[in-house]
Amino acid sequence: MSQHASKTIKGETGDWEIVIGMEVHAQVLSKAKLFSGASTEFGAEPNSHVSFVDAAMPGMLPVINRFCVEQAVKTGLGLKAKINNRSVFDRKNYFYPDLPQGYQISQFKDPIVGEGEILLDMKDGETIRVGMEPLHLGQDAGTSLHDQHPDYSFVDLNRSGTALMEIVSKPHMRSSEEAAAFLKKLRAIVRYLGTCDGNMDEGSMRADVNVSVCKAGGYEKFRETGSFKHLGTRCEIKNVNSMRFVQMAVEYEARRQVEIIEGGGTIKQETRLYDSKQNETRSMRSKEEAHDYRYFPDPDLLPLELEQAWVDRIKASLPELPDEKKARFIKDFGISAYDAGVLVGEKELADFYEEMARGVDAKAAANWLNNEVLGRLNRDGLGITQSPVSAAANNAIIRMMGDNTISGKLAKDLLDIVWSEGGDPVQIVEQRGMKQVTDTSAIEKAVDAVIAANPDKVEEIKAKPKLAGWFVGQVMKQTGGKANPAAVNAVLKARLNLPGEG
Amino acid sequence: MLLPSKLTDFTLADARDAVAGKKVSSTELTKAFSKAVTDAKPLNAFVTETPQKALEMAAASDARIAKGEARPLEGLPLAIKDLFCTKGVKTTAGSNILNNFIPPYESTVTQNLWDAGAVMLGKTNMDEFAMGSSNETSYYKPVLSPWRAKNSNAALVPGGSSGGSATAVSANLCLGATGTDTGGSIRQPAAVTGTVGLKPTYGRCSRWGTVAFASSLDQAGPMTRTVRDAAILLRHMASVDPKDSTSVDMPVPDYEATLEKGVKGLRVGIPKEYRIDGAPPEIDALWQKGADWLKAQGAEIVEVSLPHTKYALPAYYIVAPAEASSNLARYDGVRYGHRTQQPIHDITELYEKSRAEGFGAEVRRRILIGTYVLSAGYYDAYYSRAQKIRTLILQDFERAWEACDVLLTPATPGPAFALGEKSNDPVSMYLNDVFTVTVNLAGLPGLAVPAGLTADGLPLGLQIIGKAFDEATVLCAGRSIETAANFTAKPQHWWAA
Repeated sequence: MSQHASKTIKGETGDWEIVIGMEVHAQVLSKAKLFSGASTEFGAEPNSHVSFVDAAMPGMLPVINRFCVEQAVKTGLGLKAKINNRSVFDRKNYFYPDLPQGYQISQFKDPIVGEGEILLDMKDGETIRVGMEPLHLGQDAGTSLHDQHPDYSFVDLNRSGTALMEIVSKPHMRSSEEAAAFLKKLRAIVRYLGTCDGNMDEGSMRADVNVSVCKAGGYEKFRETGSFKHLGTRCEIKNVNSMRFVQMAVEYEARRQVEIIEGGGTIKQETRLYDSKQNETRSMRSKEEAHDYRYFPDPDLLPLELEQAWVDRIKASLPELPDEKKARFIKDFGISAYDAGVLVGEKELADFYEEMARGVDAKAAANWLNNEVLGRLNRDGLGITQSPVSAAANNAIIRMMGDNTISGKLAKDLLDIVWSEGGDPVQIVEQRGMKQVTDTSAIEKAVDAVIAANPDKVEEIKAKPKLAGWFVGQVMKQTGGKANPAAVNAVLKARLNLPGEG
Repeated sequence: MLLPSKLTDFTLADARDAVAGKKVSSTELTKAFSKAVTDAKPLNAFVTETPQKALEMAAASDARIAKGEARPLEGLPLAIKDLFCTKGVKTTAGSNILNNFIPPYESTVTQNLWDAGAVMLGKTNMDEFAMGSSNETSYYKPVLSPWRAKNSNAALVPGGSSGGSATAVSANLCLGATGTDTGGSIRQPAAVTGTVGLKPTYGRCSRWGTVAFASSLDQAGPMTRTVRDAAILLRHMASVDPKDSTSVDMPVPDYEATLEKGVKGLRVGIPKEYRIDGAPPEIDALWQKGADWLKAQGAEIVEVSLPHTKYALPAYYIVAPAEASSNLARYDGVRYGHRTQQPIHDITELYEKSRAEGFGAEVRRRILIGTYVLSAGYYDAYYSRAQKIRTLILQDFERAWEACDVLLTPATPGPAFALGEKSNDPVSMYLNDVFTVTVNLAGLPGLAVPAGLTADGLPLGLQIIGKAFDEATVLCAGRSIETAANFTAKPQHWWAA
């Protein structure tokens, strides 16, 4: 499928463009909450990490956690955004049992981080620049449990007051793939920075997706003019908790909207819930039912003033981020932009690759990682950090392959052995006699034996030189796979008077 | 030093010296005040009396004194406004919604007092959530003023919202009390009960553990019988607090040490905008008298202008309800406090019924006003403009400080009024704060000092307003007024059998 096709939907009345904006809630990686000293540990007994502040007891006051501010600044810098040295915390007022204060302390008019951007590397090599709205630092609500008792709902305030970053993109994505790539890239950035663990299963990263459709050409007009009138009415889809669900939800929602419009209807601006079991979106509340949050500056907190020197120190301490690492991989290792993009997608993967590629052919290392290591990890349902064969061991295997100690075929066998049995690859090659045979006389002997045993094939090969591969296979079999394939080829060509390469 | 004929006639300063000098024990003092509290039930000044706790604290104080380990307020019985959370002692904020609330923590201000050795007699009645100027909005019934007009038995209000504290101080039920002041809630009741009330600079006392009304305006302060007592108490209430981001890290001086410095050379500003139409002539006369007293003691009187004063009350009645509407959202019947016993079908009904039953009419009115002014489409017209007015009012004061060091104004537009007289007329009730709210909006210190009586024999007070964190000068000027006024009137002791 071409890139262009995935950005449009064919309808009865012509092509429709999909336009997507994402809103991600990322929990700040911090031991303590944003405005109280309570722990943020996941999975604790309900209501065991609740301070008087988190429970909104009378007379309790919030006090800002400096570390959480630092994490937000780091994230902003990672999004290439301007840091606002003066920001204000506002109260977002609404009633809900898991919101003990009756308001969420968040940011509204004067957030801590200004506009930024995220670059997406697509499969076809296209790089998409997604603009980012200002980042807001605020507190999370608790959780309501409705399935514990037939007559009662329960509230767990462990999460109440945990620091949250609201990271919102501009509507700059055009396909479900781009939306998924966005989430993946954002997750990579915050994980590189160590500002969010990106764990979508535990809810520490949650995504809402805004989807609209417009007639072909509308998006381009929007980008030229900045006017939203060229775009369709958007629906916000909540509860999209994995990359795969993002893709599925966008596909479903875009088709739903096109069908409604082409059926003569109009799209209502509303919030919809994604049901991953049914793979559909359902209406939650319309714009008319939307809350009036009555934002106003929280009088319990002074405006947050940052010193430029402090921000500069944070900037200086930032780790290498995916985009820079990718550029370095391309430059230093000579690998393709796409491969580099895949490798830097996860910090652990990039680190594994760097160690694997040390002192060996970096391209071969990239291929080896993509084809052999990741294939086996996928098969076994393991992550890169759980790889049974370490980066150093893989490096040793590639090294032996590179200096012709072992053939590619044997290298794969060797990987399987280390994978299941463990051990040092160099020792295994020694002990099991897996070294490649490059001794020409031994190879000549084996070639001669195969020729002698197959006179009919020798005749055939003169008409069809491609049959040489069959001879190579036979010779390899004879030598237990240890013969150097290049040497075998050379001997065969000489013996059978085959034309030279090219 | 002569002991007064009754222990309850002590000032805080004298009681302190008597206890420290072992002329009287804390236990004797505490028993005398506890009995006075019990005898004064008709005044309804207390929501919760804690005589047992008081005796235990007094015994501990006496033990420390015996060991020579007395602290600055050792063994001195105080009354605490029921807005301060007190660990293990019910704290209602004058509201039904907290009628069963026993805090598991102690407010910073009261903890500071206990750390200085003070003894708690009980929790004083107040307007619900500190919203009121007469103590009539309390769920626990109105407090009565110990004062009555000449030749009248009509019940008068003690002012509000710290009306219970004002009555307790005025009727000698304690040596001093804590109050809180959001728009005048310390100074107005002090003025109409012939007592001293100080609202410190915003940030001087920690707000942690004090039930919030309007966070940007609320400030705790002392209520006492003398200016000296206010100076002593403030020193032991104030502190910077890492748990309150709006508390300010400024040294707390020994206000008592500088109290008698006098006003020689002090420039006292008279803001012309505080002369309001329809104010009783007695108020203007007293104000003039106050200026004359200070002048006689060597102060320089200057006329100044605070041109945005007329906008203060409207701005206050936008900002305070706005913050209150949000601050009071936590009282939802879910985790603590009153929850409806009526059958409910969903969470909205739980909120609606619990809050409708838990909040009184005035609190509901302010929540509605606050919700309205913050709503989409109204925010800019109301809240945003009110905040701008606030800035202008602060600038008015800053300009005034170029010409003067303190300001002298009336404390209230009139004396105590009769119970029920204004309770159905919110605007007339709100006007009680006309001289006091500007100070809260600007975050400045303000002191009400008793200065005279009306023709009907009811107390009137004057207000000294000072620069931020200059409570020392404010108290000094207040002391000069106190000396000159020589206010010795006390209410008739009509309430005890």
